[in-house]
Amino acid sequence: MPELANRQFLEFEKPVKELYDQIEQLKATSEKNKLDLSDSIKELEDRIVAKKRDITEHLSAWQKVQLSRHPDRPYTLAYINRMCTNFVELHGDRNFKDDKAIVGGFAQLDGETVMIMGQQKGINTKMRQLRNFGMANPEGYRKALRLMKLAEKFNKPVITLVDTPGAFPGIEAEERGQGEAIARNIYEMMQLKVPIICVIIGEGASGGALGIGVGDRVFMMENTWYTVISPESCSSILWRSWDMKEKAADELKLTPDHMLKFRLVDGVIPEPLGGAHWDYNEAAAILKKHLIPVVQQLKKIDPRKRVEERIEKFSRMGFWEENAVNQ
Amino acid sequence: MALKIEEDFDDQLSGEPGKTDASTSRWFKRMKKGINTSTSEKKEAPDGLWTKCPQCKYTCTTLDLKENLYVCPKCEYHHRIGSTDYFEILFDDKQYTEFFAGVKSIDYLGFNDLKPYKKRLEEAYYKTGLHDSLTAALGKVNGFELMVCCMDFNFIGGSLGSVMGEKIARAADYCREHKVPLMIISKSGGARMMESAFSLMQLPKTLGKLTLLAEAGVPYISLCTDPTYGGTTASFAMVGDINIGEPGAMIGFAGPRVIRETIKKDLPDGFQSSEFVMNHGFLDLIINRKQLKEKISTLLLLFKH
Repeated sequence: MPELANRQFLEFEKPVKELYDQIEQLKATSEKNKLDLSDSIKELEDRIVAKKRDITEHLSAWQKVQLSRHPDRPYTLAYINRMCTNFVELHGDRNFKDDKAIVGGFAQLDGETVMIMGQQKGINTKMRQLRNFGMANPEGYRKALRLMKLAEKFNKPVITLVDTPGAFPGIEAEERGQGEAIARNIYEMMQLKVPIICVIIGEGASGGALGIGVGDRVFMMENTWYTVISPESCSSILWRSWDMKEKAADELKLTPDHMLKFRLVDGVIPEPLGGAHWDYNEAAAILKKHLIPVVQQLKKIDPRKRVEERIEKFSRMGFWEENAVNQ
Repeated sequence: MALKIEEDFDDQLSGEPGKTDASTSRWFKRMKKGINTSTSEKKEAPDGLWTKCPQCKYTCTTLDLKENLYVCPKCEYHHRIGSTDYFEILFDDKQYTEFFAGVKSIDYLGFNDLKPYKKRLEEAYYKTGLHDSLTAALGKVNGFELMVCCMDFNFIGGSLGSVMGEKIARAADYCREHKVPLMIISKSGGARMMESAFSLMQLPKTLGKLTLLAEAGVPYISLCTDPTYGGTTASFAMVGDINIGEPGAMIGFAGPRVIRETIKKDLPDGFQSSEFVMNHGFLDLIINRKQLKEKISTLLLLFKH
């Protein structure tokens, strides 16, 4: 987690920043004049907690989208490093190259080997470019599939952490079959014989997310979104303007509470107060606590039954009405 | 040409054809020439009306074009056609039975952009006379039984929503139970945004059913026609036992406009055409519409015997 001085604040987080600034000032004064201001500092800290709670409780859909993209938000490796031991990152799709936008490998979760992977965004300008902003090319999806097949071979559960603004739209991506790569992953994940657990930890944008997002259980963290298109693109296509993204976010009902209500995801995992970016360790600890029993529970199910139930679960998704028609 | 296609995409997906500045001015230009029928409506035009090929500008009567299966007699340009046309091209004596016609879209989310989704649906029913953007039909192709799921681009851009997903799922189940090969004819701009995440979940839903079909050893043929994009490409369209393209069809994951805006470069000629996609190894073959029936029945024969 970045030091307080380097931390970035979204517009609606500014009141929190002001309180932090006041604490800093008080601390400086107390040091300089040898005064005990701990009561005032304590009071301000309480106000920070109250303010964060207030913000969290009144987040709009668009603000959740903003939080999911918070520049200080923990990404896949931050979670892996805090939740797991003995993580060994494995590289490459054995075919074309190693896509840095997706990372993965064997690791131990609570002493048990799992295959854990996810899209990885960069933590600074240079890394953001290297990671391609978490937008994978076909070889990234193919690497993910190779690792899943490896997990299947050695009967290890798969955990995927989803955080992407979408699969990369580029000439080379099309040449190497972006659509086919995603389709193949979904197809193979449907039949994978080991348990799969997916967690949306940031942005869950469309096919790019789904390419590693088919699981026996799919969870969303509290400040994330998951739908078919980003609110910006939706606004540009349906409203023919980039200015309706907030309205689009509302209409798309892309937040975890809606997704759970629609039964398109299986659960929502809480984040530290104010968002995961305030406390990486706590965010990872909460996630880990949620994952461990689910892995155990899924492992007990017969593989055939697990696959059957997975297909059945997704088969139920959708809404329609049925009229009697003479056929 | 590419520009025209892109505009067409957005128009169809948003269900508001002709609302961009560029297309409005184009519409005026067309008025001057007296041509204001959209391509999709041309086939219902009275006999004797002329149709100009958008590729080579060759002009012939709509009736001649229809007899040529809407393939330009001069340059082989494949005009976009609807599900009924494909069924009539493929099935013996134009005889087939429609399946799952009672499955209809509802506006579960109460989605409202420039127009409520419910209203868009009503307009689409009225305009096309179709039940949804996909129609499933069972018939015989030179004697071989085949279930065909075919999209209609003029129904909200052939968009992939819950109804399309459910119909494909049911068709796959039917094919598995009755050991009938399945063919999906894709013609779609992608997922139906007005159904949000529900439309996204049709990808795993349909692919899950296709894995079961594969397990049962029943052939699945995917025919990609113009256009095949987004959620369709990233699901059933690319995982056929045989993937087929129509000549000149645009097939891709991301739309050309999105790619151009992302990489800030011009796209190469022929980018995302059937021929391009086949050369990069994602289509087994490209079949001219006039040979479609023969080739499909040959494939069905090869699978069967």
